[in-house]
Amino acid sequence: MDAAAAPDKWIEVRDLKIAFGSFVLMQDVAFTVHKGDVFIIMGGSGCGKSTLMRTMIGLNEPSKGKILYKGQSFWDADLEGRDLLRQKFGILYQQGALWSSMTLAENVALPLGEYTDLKPEQIRELASLKLALVGLAGFEDYFPSQISGGMRKRAGLARAMALDPEFLFLDEPSAGLDPVSSRLLDDLILELRESLGTTFIVVTHELASIFSIGNNAIYLDVETRTMTSQGDPKMLLREAKDPKVVKFLTRGEK
Amino acid sequence: MIHLQGDWTIGQTIPELTELERHLSSPSPGKSLVLDSSAVTNWDSLFLTFLTKLKHLCTEHQIALKEEGLPPGVKRLLALAEAVPERKGARREDTKEAFLERVGTRYLDIWHSIKDTIGFVGEVTLAFLKLLRGKAQFRRSDLLQIIQRTGADALPIVSLISLLVGLILAFVGAVQLKIFGAQIYVASLVAIAMMRVMGAIMAGIIMAGRTGAAFAAELGTMQVNEEVDALETLGISPIEFLVLPRILGLGLMMPLLGVYSVFMGMIGGLIVGVFMLDLNFMLYYNQTVTSVSLTHFWIGLFHSAVFGVLVALMGCLKGIRCGRSAMAVGQVTTQAVVGGIISIIVATAIITILCNIVGI
Repeated sequence: MDAAAAPDKWIEVRDLKIAFGSFVLMQDVAFTVHKGDVFIIMGGSGCGKSTLMRTMIGLNEPSKGKILYKGQSFWDADLEGRDLLRQKFGILYQQGALWSSMTLAENVALPLGEYTDLKPEQIRELASLKLALVGLAGFEDYFPSQISGGMRKRAGLARAMALDPEFLFLDEPSAGLDPVSSRLLDDLILELRESLGTTFIVVTHELASIFSIGNNAIYLDVETRTMTSQGDPKMLLREAKDPKVVKFLTRGEK
Repeated sequence: MIHLQGDWTIGQTIPELTELERHLSSPSPGKSLVLDSSAVTNWDSLFLTFLTKLKHLCTEHQIALKEEGLPPGVKRLLALAEAVPERKGARREDTKEAFLERVGTRYLDIWHSIKDTIGFVGEVTLAFLKLLRGKAQFRRSDLLQIIQRTGADALPIVSLISLLVGLILAFVGAVQLKIFGAQIYVASLVAIAMMRVMGAIMAGIIMAGRTGAAFAAELGTMQVNEEVDALETLGISPIEFLVLPRILGLGLMMPLLGVYSVFMGMIGGLIVGVFMLDLNFMLYYNQTVTSVSLTHFWIGLFHSAVFGVLVALMGCLKGIRCGRSAMAVGQVTTQAVVGGIISIIVATAIITILCNIVGI
């Protein structure tokens, strides 16, 4: 019913509560992400940004609430339904999480081999293309342990993009990157969004990135254990009601 | 008024505050405390901890502490340390659990891990059925690599251990059998013992230490690096992709290693027989051939196949359930080896009893 009512409500989170035993990490979290958004999850260290993302991609079951992708609830779906939804996800993990026993090309190729009927050469070409897109042309046969941390991150992004996912989740994409690479990554995100219409969900606290790529965001507060604001980061900077959000967005200067 | 002087750096002994405390607790301690640090030559964090303690004392006894006399750097650092108030509930309190509570949690833990193990075995079985239908997702190259690592690469150590076990069995047997002048039965002893159970047990224990530990550490590290999560979110079952080829590989290789171990053990027995007991080579050979039967061979093979699956299951279960720290990887590796060896011994006992009941 939701899908019909609001065709571009790509992700809808309702009344979400994440708790471990009696410890409540966050509650009353609700937000909407539209098609083509670059949605930023902001918040201080330890507020559960990464856990929220893990819950959204189906690695951590919430204690309460719903997460709907195009109107279809993830956690109410059966295993097969969840797998179908997951195929629309691309995920870049904090540490890259490349499969260490495979070369970069094989890492990117694995999802392609699983979910497409392409011939091996085609898969290989596609993998090379994705690696070239993130600036790793020529590194196809390297193992993850043989490249630097920043390169691993970019290779992880190439793998996340392998299936041209509709939803790309990035967990701290620019952490550990130098300013120039970080800027190039931002450009790449905007480019992918323009050309493929990908919806991004980005966990980050890099202010430069937040303002240059984000057009929608939520702020999770450590102390009250809930989200305090949603909106465009530039707008939040000007008119957020929660002083903590303004403080966060100005590096504590206001 | 307190005068502070000299070096206040780490390595120096700092004065106790007990006297001051006594004074502050007296009926008329005064209204404020002035610090004079003009004679302090050097200071570092130690000075700060002293001042913090002093400050706490003063607030406790409601006495104003005048900080004006402190060096400007100290004042700034003190202000910085107090800028962020302690987060409520952040400090962990040591709560002592009652005895019954501890028993209860322990019991629940055990119950949990039993359920977890059964669930894991179930998942592996389902994955195996999927494999039989040709639908399991894993890479053939992974399986081949595991076969090489668990099979061919283990030959040297299995050779050494089994040869020595054969030697030991023959020696121990020879001492007793010589009393009756029945040295020739050393051949039967070594052949039957190795073939029925010892070959499989030796190979199994070596593999528990060698491969079970490797599986647990590999999968544990993958868990720490979020590699397992990356598979799962891709819709690829880690059980099929990571666990199945390992169980399959070791399950296939272990019987072969077991047979090889039997062979090496017999050679060990032969060495003792021919060189120490002066038995004729052909005589020893004939005695060996007549004493073993195909039943023994099948029982031995069954043992080693069971051990292979058990060791691999244990290693993979522990690895997949690993926590996210370096310490957790160490723990699961230990658990995998210990669990593997225990399950081998228990399985041997069960199979032996069953064989007895059936009468073979």
